[in-house]
Amino acid sequence: MMSIGRRTTVAGVSLAAGAMLLTACSSGEGGETASSSDAGGSTIELRVATFPPGADAAAYEAFATQEAQFEEANPDIDVIGVEYEWTGPTFAVQLAGGSLPDVFTVPFTDSKTLLENGQLMDVTDEIEALGYTDSFNPVILDGVTGADGHVYGFPRQAYAMGLHYNRALFEDAGLDPDDPPATWDEVREAAKAITEATGKAGYAQMAINNTGGWQLTAQTVARGGRTQVDDGDGTYTSTINNAGTKATLQFLHDVTWVDDAFGYKVDLDWGTINQEFAAGNIGMYTSGSDVYTALVRDFGMDPDQYGLTVMPLEGEEPGTLGGGDIAVVSPTVDDATKAAAVKWIDWYYMQKLMNEDAAVADAQALAAADQAVGTPVLPVLSRELYEQSQEWIADYVNVPVDQMAPFTDRIWDQTPVGEPKGKTQEIYALLDPVVQAVLTDEDADIDALLTQADVDAQALLDQ
Amino acid sequence: MTLASPDRRRPDAPSRRGTPLTWLRSGGLTRLAFALPMILVFAIFSWTPIVRSVVMSFQRTNLLTPAEWVGLDNFEAVLNDPLLGTAVVNTLYFAALALVMGFPIPILMAVLMSEVKRGKGIYSALAYLPVVVPPVVAVLLWKVFYDASPDGVFNTMLGWFGIGPQPWLQSPDMAMPSLVIEATWAAAGGSIIIYLAALLSVPPELYDAAEVDGASIWRKAWHVTLPQLRGVIFVMLILQILATAQIFLEPFLFTGGGPNNSTVTVLLLIYRYAFQNSLGGNYGMATALSVMLALFLAVLSFVYFRLTNRWSQS
Repeated sequence: MMSIGRRTTVAGVSLAAGAMLLTACSSGEGGETASSSDAGGSTIELRVATFPPGADAAAYEAFATQEAQFEEANPDIDVIGVEYEWTGPTFAVQLAGGSLPDVFTVPFTDSKTLLENGQLMDVTDEIEALGYTDSFNPVILDGVTGADGHVYGFPRQAYAMGLHYNRALFEDAGLDPDDPPATWDEVREAAKAITEATGKAGYAQMAINNTGGWQLTAQTVARGGRTQVDDGDGTYTSTINNAGTKATLQFLHDVTWVDDAFGYKVDLDWGTINQEFAAGNIGMYTSGSDVYTALVRDFGMDPDQYGLTVMPLEGEEPGTLGGGDIAVVSPTVDDATKAAAVKWIDWYYMQKLMNEDAAVADAQALAAADQAVGTPVLPVLSRELYEQSQEWIADYVNVPVDQMAPFTDRIWDQTPVGEPKGKTQEIYALLDPVVQAVLTDEDADIDALLTQADVDAQALLDQ
Repeated sequence: MTLASPDRRRPDAPSRRGTPLTWLRSGGLTRLAFALPMILVFAIFSWTPIVRSVVMSFQRTNLLTPAEWVGLDNFEAVLNDPLLGTAVVNTLYFAALALVMGFPIPILMAVLMSEVKRGKGIYSALAYLPVVVPPVVAVLLWKVFYDASPDGVFNTMLGWFGIGPQPWLQSPDMAMPSLVIEATWAAAGGSIIIYLAALLSVPPELYDAAEVDGASIWRKAWHVTLPQLRGVIFVMLILQILATAQIFLEPFLFTGGGPNNSTVTVLLLIYRYAFQNSLGGNYGMATALSVMLALFLAVLSFVYFRLTNRWSQS
């Protein structure tokens, strides 16, 4: 039996252990605050987003070079790169838990919701002090402007939807890779030819994690339809049940069930479709014009196989769905960190769009680390500035520009259309099962699916 | 130690319980000190989140701006969600399939393995091996096996028997059974080990007596083994029902709830409420459905134990 003295000692040890546990918890919180900012000290620690997990070492080398350049110019700021990938699911909890970087990027689609939720920092004064508020494409700046007229982020990159294709599979199927499909019927024919010749998926499309709805919307716009009308008074009307969306679903049905050219995977999203395409398993798919960087950097695609053309347009008032992302500051940082964050955004993301020296330095650093320079994007500032910046960095461009010519030659003729603004992601999520139904059920009733989706979407918009 | 006489003990007992001083003298503080670290750990990591989520089920919050009380709105919204019915039916379907496929297999395997005379350890190790593989790794591996192309692992194997390629995860009809097959494979090992341990406690005389009476292996299993394992089987059954009601990993990683919502389960729906369209997330609806699920499972467990208590003791 344990003596009383010994029992007391053991009890004391237990108490001490409990106290240590509590101390550990509280010091964890303190540590977080200290690392996020150090306003009282001589240098400010600034945690900035770098690349999604999985980026290669060379990307980090390029980043290290740029980080050193910035710190040399701003000795009072200590930049700490943080691996980061925008994901809706983890954003709110990361924000609440304090594990987001101080500077990060979010897509246009989510910026409105975030700023309305008070989840982005107001940068109106800072962006005006830098003097280029008026340089932005007004349509793009509108996406980061709140109902109060304040600006909540720096639009830094935009893209238009494009049709990506594998040149090697085109050649295997006896198709001319320099003359990609220009209509949706030609897409079907090419897809069928690729599947017949190679056994690979001639055409594939994203269908899960909200990307099914995203691509359905993009192709609806390309066929002259719109999935939503902005009533102009803060309300929206769902128009999902339109001819463009119906034609898109019919196209998917026919590629899958009539031509047997869709392949076997109906559960692809942005990441996995890139992976499959980079591995040479997909002939064609639609996605943002800027995915080349990810295809080569993150998924190891052979650049020689890559081809990009514009979305085929049909119907009345067709357009190409655009998107992009904005650089924002975490709403929880203090003033000193905010000032440092704005300096970093201006230096890292914005100056290369408007300043020759910055553009060249950026391209030089990226090219030296063998990172993609010259991936086709849309200008967030004016077209003239964009074309000017492309001339500045012409010597460093290392992407296969000729293979992207079908896109870059024709994109300016297409009308850019913004993503629907009301409950964007929720409605994309609602449309995922509609796309999946058509891909997995030969007898899917497209009219009934669209009628139901329209009712459900309007219910969401009316909330 | 001598026993105190009854007449001395009775008058003392209430006063011992009632006075803080006697509690202190009898080593109450030491007992509390021993329990304190555990109480703290439970309070911080278990009870606080439980209480917080119950509170949150009556609120609207994005975790950043102050929460707003909304009464029963979240519960109402969940009950009006057309996807809730689909999720409940899918979860019941998964549970039923898991019971049909997953419940008898470990018992059968354990009984067969207990009959093996040599190399029992190797069979146990082999049966337990899937449990050692991290669940996420196992699901991702099976996702490769379930490749729907004719070159997929399972489809190649089916091809040897002249059966055409199956769509596995890519078809609304086959997705759920495909998930159950993997879940059964992953969980069977643990159950087998428990049944094997329970089988050791069956008195060998019963088998000897059955053998003298000329019973076959199946009659021994039916009349001796199963009745003796009854208590364990009942516990394993409720554990499996509770686990299948909370199935998340497989549908989340294999299919994300698709195709066409055919594998959306209750827990996946909770996840979707909270995170999928997040950007401020509908944490209220997520916690409301969590509370409803927890209450349902608590009632189910209570009823189950009341019903089976007498059977397992008889």
